[in-house]
Amino acid sequence: MAKQINLTIDGIAITVDEGTTILEAARKLNIHIPTLCYHEDLCVAGNCRVCVVEQEKVKNLPASCAMPVSEGMVIHTNSMKVRLARKHIVELLLSEHNADCTKCYKNGNCELQGLASQMLTGDHLFLDLVPEKNYTIDMFNTAIIKDDSRCIRCQRCVRTCEELQSVSALGVAYKGDKMKISTFFEHSLFEVVCTNCGQCVNRCPTGALIERNYIDQVWDAIYDPGKHVVVQTAPAVRVALGEALGLPHGKIVTGKMVAALRRLGFSSVLDTDFTADLTIIEEGHELLTRLKKALVDKDPTVALPMATSCSPGWIKFIEHTFPEYLPNLSTCKSPQQMFGALAKTYYAQKRKLDPRNVVSVSIMPCTAKKFEANRPEMRSSGFKDVDYVLTTRELAIMIKQAGLEFDELPEEKYDSFMGASTGAAVIFGSTGGVMEAALRTAYEIVTGREVPFDGLNIIPVRGTEGEVREATIKIEKVKPEWSFLEGVELKCAVANGLAHAKTVMQNVKDGKVNYHFIEIMACPGGCLGGGGQPIPTSPEIRSKRKMAIYQEDMGMPIRKSHENPEIAEIYKEFLEKPLGHKSHELLHTHYTPRKRY
Amino acid sequence: MSEQTLKRVDLIFGEYSSEKYKVLANTLHRSNEEILKDLLESGLRGRGGAGFPTAMKWKFTAETPGDEKYVICNADEGEPGTFKDREILSRVPRKVFSGMAICGKVIGARKGYMYLRGEYRFMLPELQKELDIYHEHAKNLGLNFPIEIRMGSGAYICGEESALFESMEGGRGEPRNKPPYPTTSGFMKKPTVINNVETFVNVLMIMRLGPEQYKKLGTTDSRGSKVFSVSGDTPIPGIYELELGMSLDRFVDEFGDGDTKAVQVGGASGFCVPRKKFKDTIIGFEGVPTGGSMMIFNSSRSMYNVLHNYLEFFEEESCGQCTPCRVGCQQLRKGIEAVKKGEKKALYLDQLMKLSESMKLTAKCGLGQSVANSFSSIVNNFKEEMIY
Repeated sequence: MAKQINLTIDGIAITVDEGTTILEAARKLNIHIPTLCYHEDLCVAGNCRVCVVEQEKVKNLPASCAMPVSEGMVIHTNSMKVRLARKHIVELLLSEHNADCTKCYKNGNCELQGLASQMLTGDHLFLDLVPEKNYTIDMFNTAIIKDDSRCIRCQRCVRTCEELQSVSALGVAYKGDKMKISTFFEHSLFEVVCTNCGQCVNRCPTGALIERNYIDQVWDAIYDPGKHVVVQTAPAVRVALGEALGLPHGKIVTGKMVAALRRLGFSSVLDTDFTADLTIIEEGHELLTRLKKALVDKDPTVALPMATSCSPGWIKFIEHTFPEYLPNLSTCKSPQQMFGALAKTYYAQKRKLDPRNVVSVSIMPCTAKKFEANRPEMRSSGFKDVDYVLTTRELAIMIKQAGLEFDELPEEKYDSFMGASTGAAVIFGSTGGVMEAALRTAYEIVTGREVPFDGLNIIPVRGTEGEVREATIKIEKVKPEWSFLEGVELKCAVANGLAHAKTVMQNVKDGKVNYHFIEIMACPGGCLGGGGQPIPTSPEIRSKRKMAIYQEDMGMPIRKSHENPEIAEIYKEFLEKPLGHKSHELLHTHYTPRKRY
Repeated sequence: MSEQTLKRVDLIFGEYSSEKYKVLANTLHRSNEEILKDLLESGLRGRGGAGFPTAMKWKFTAETPGDEKYVICNADEGEPGTFKDREILSRVPRKVFSGMAICGKVIGARKGYMYLRGEYRFMLPELQKELDIYHEHAKNLGLNFPIEIRMGSGAYICGEESALFESMEGGRGEPRNKPPYPTTSGFMKKPTVINNVETFVNVLMIMRLGPEQYKKLGTTDSRGSKVFSVSGDTPIPGIYELELGMSLDRFVDEFGDGDTKAVQVGGASGFCVPRKKFKDTIIGFEGVPTGGSMMIFNSSRSMYNVLHNYLEFFEEESCGQCTPCRVGCQQLRKGIEAVKKGEKKALYLDQLMKLSESMKLTAKCGLGQSVANSFSSIVNNFKEEMIY
């Protein structure tokens, strides 16, 4: 047990473990000290100074987020000295900040705005510094907009990019009054190593980093009578959308979301889960084909381990950081892009629509999906496969704009076809989910039996935040055509967050590990912690979303991708067979190396 | 009354021992406890400006467990009006290296670094030559304590110890949160003693003279001598080694031009003392401490311009990470401009005084905390110059 420290905060005695900060100790007492640069997911910076408190017998006011408790400390969190200093700090931040809130995308969801209203900053104590600042706005990126005029230099984004994602696209440049958050040579985010994962957007306390929103374009499409607007929803959206609409964290709102989308006027409400199932079929066969080439044909060129390709942040990361491993990526497009390609081919044919009039919209927990949809590789239908990508947050805004009382909506079902899905597809939203779904199917293809795990729950591959999960699945008693896999121990690794992805890939590169299959999701916790999810985010919030996802899986009547009836149908009617000619044309792709700078 | 001139001291720049590295050689034979006891007895306090007792700093670091410890000599002399370390390093570098080596022995460090101000690159060849001689002698003495010189890149903030570590580690020069202090987590997060150039020389002189003789100089709170960098409106600018504890009026009598209106003690981050307070101001830790900078202003100087100049300096040299310092400096500079131009009422100065007080209370490091020193002392004493 850690050493116990006794202290007093606002007259209340408390005993905490040694190493606890004043801020943490105060929170235990339900005393809320305001913060800006502090974030549960990140290392302590102690640079905004909003959380200062008064410590008796100490001259200065320590930052409570960075100051560990010590024996006999007497702390005042709301003394006269503290109140004035804190107000000064918020006023200083505002004086440097473009506080034209009504023009800001984060209006109403801004931590600085919240503090300003708490502290009654209406009298503007200091001079406005904004006019002479020459702030720049980076609008060139298709996914993320960076507006320096809204930035308060808390460096949450910098720490996110470096610590959680090991990307370091964002860094601090210059000093003093010119200090700013910038990129390599101040290039646009479009031109640097940024993966568009949006984790910085999730953690930005103000409107300095936001997604590029396509809300108006989508409304225009909906209102256009000549357009047939198809919408698909990703698995992780249904467990988080409610948060942005006033419901508790991790509440499953699938049915209400479908109802809301229908009321917004989408022509057809479909499910990305359908193509998640399709991904499993294609990717599962791809893995088995690679294994056969390696084990039977002894083909030295076959790239193993095979890595998943569903996460567009991860794709851009590997393009920049480990380009020599691009052949190891599954050639499968992400479920979003498979859906888009099918929406303008199979779906259009079946509904007798001119694909030119089909607008395909996706609702994603992700900002990188916006970039992905705009990739030149993603036009195999002859059109832009996905026209507009909206984040969970943007959908919540549309629902509010339409005046829908979300919680009062009935539970509705997805349209058919391309609306049916399985539990295997739902878990794509969590780290380890793609791996688990793939194993449920691949194991059964090879052995004719279900995976040997209680209730199909392959707990060993369910990833955890902050670690690389490794698992070995032994394949036994296989069907005759898969005899080469008899006794093979399939080695898998699951990683979430690009920092861990980097560790895995570096281990592969150094020959320290010998995996067959790697699942990587760019965001902490997987898509449920995606950069397009409701703000705020924290380990606790993500764990609630994760529980919801597995609960949704358990509640599905069908829990294996290959048993999705619409999947059988699409192969019969359109694709013919997994990895067939049509599949290759529409559902698979290749990526190209990018430089670090 | 002050007919007699201030006592000149010749401790720091005094001649070397007859034999090269003789004091070091003698000290190496002594026990660490004896050395620390002498240091404690001498009352030596750091010469960088903050004045932390050197013996305590060394003792804490020595007591921190760990095989890997460092000694760092802070030669990032950047305080406006300070140029004494440059002189020490060019005239008596051997004393600095010896002091560092003694520290290495006491705390159990196997490596020393000197972080040299970027603008002092011209001194590098000479210093390196001296360092080679040191290494030769160290070898003969059986002393395994190599010293390496690292160059700064011209940022004032890197003179702040934790920003200096960041800079040496290849990071951006930004101060760290304290605690942990360098004594437990300094360079490479290892226990580290970081001292000013002059402090190391003082250590050597204490070893040479013994604490009793050293203590004869200075006052109870401020033992020993101090090297001052005298500049501004003085007929005799330069480097002077003087006993600590003198009163400012005696200093002005000797160095002023007869028309001295104010002295800025301790550089831009120090205090401005107006003529009427010369008599009551003691230069030392019991009064106004200084890292060495003494800037003398006569009646032809506008104190508004002086302050404006300092604020511009801080505005640019703030690392920019913490709010009070980054934005506060801009507000203070723009604020006095606005008052001067009549865009803001004179009362706005009170608002700015409160702001500077908040900066002192909440800034992350000494830079932001000390802006208030010159701000409040100049504004309080020369208010009419700020307004008219």
